[in-house]
Amino acid sequence: MRVNLLYFASFREASGRAEEARELPEGTRVVDLWRRVAREIPRLAAFPTMPPAAVNHEYVGGDTVLRDGDEVAFLPPVAGG
Amino acid sequence: MYITFNPIDVGPLLNEARPSDGGVCVFLGVVRNENEGQPTISIQYEVYGPMAEAEMGRIARQIAEEWPEVRLILQHRAGKLGVGEVSVAVVATAPHRAEAFAACRAAIDRVKVSVPIWKKEFHPDGSSAWVDPTRNRLEDGGAGGLGET
Repeated sequence: MRVNLLYFASFREASGRAEEARELPEGTRVVDLWRRVAREIPRLAAFPTMPPAAVNHEYVGGDTVLRDGDEVAFLPPVAGG
Repeated sequence: MYITFNPIDVGPLLNEARPSDGGVCVFLGVVRNENEGQPTISIQYEVYGPMAEAEMGRIARQIAEEWPEVRLILQHRAGKLGVGEVSVAVVATAPHRAEAFAACRAAIDRVKVSVPIWKKEFHPDGSSAWVDPTRNRLEDGGAGGLGET
């Protein structure tokens, strides 16, 4: 299956991209995807735990199982206002 | 739409009060000229648009459930703003002031906690930094992570 992974703010700068399509095995959870991403991007691995994550514009927990076509984002600390 | 790239004009928002409203509570967040002792000349607001719209809608529905008599308006800017520009506007109108104040305060507090918006401060010396209310900064060019405890 394939998901679209988005990067914002400091994560966008750390990864050098705003989005990418990712091919993943069936059953991949959000936290599994985070571990892959953190392995590839050392500056993200410095994050102590999985940051808040969103699937299809809603906050989700790490155990959420991803589905084909999902839009996924790991969110650096928000600072609106 | 809760997110706008255009300057926020507060005047029209105040006209949304209903004849039954006796109180109009307004909160405006504005860009200030320093943060933690460091001078700031502008702030770039980066927004995850569709999710920010969804999350602000969720907050508005929450407020409507908790204060059914309140009418709430939320707007947040995106893009680069100079010192003094309005970055966020919350207007809560209600028959009485207590509900208007409470709903206005709850709305801005929740917006800050959960809406996916990020800001990058620009300093007079040309440097810049992402604002991180949790202090786990990813500094430009650094190893990232847990500095500044």
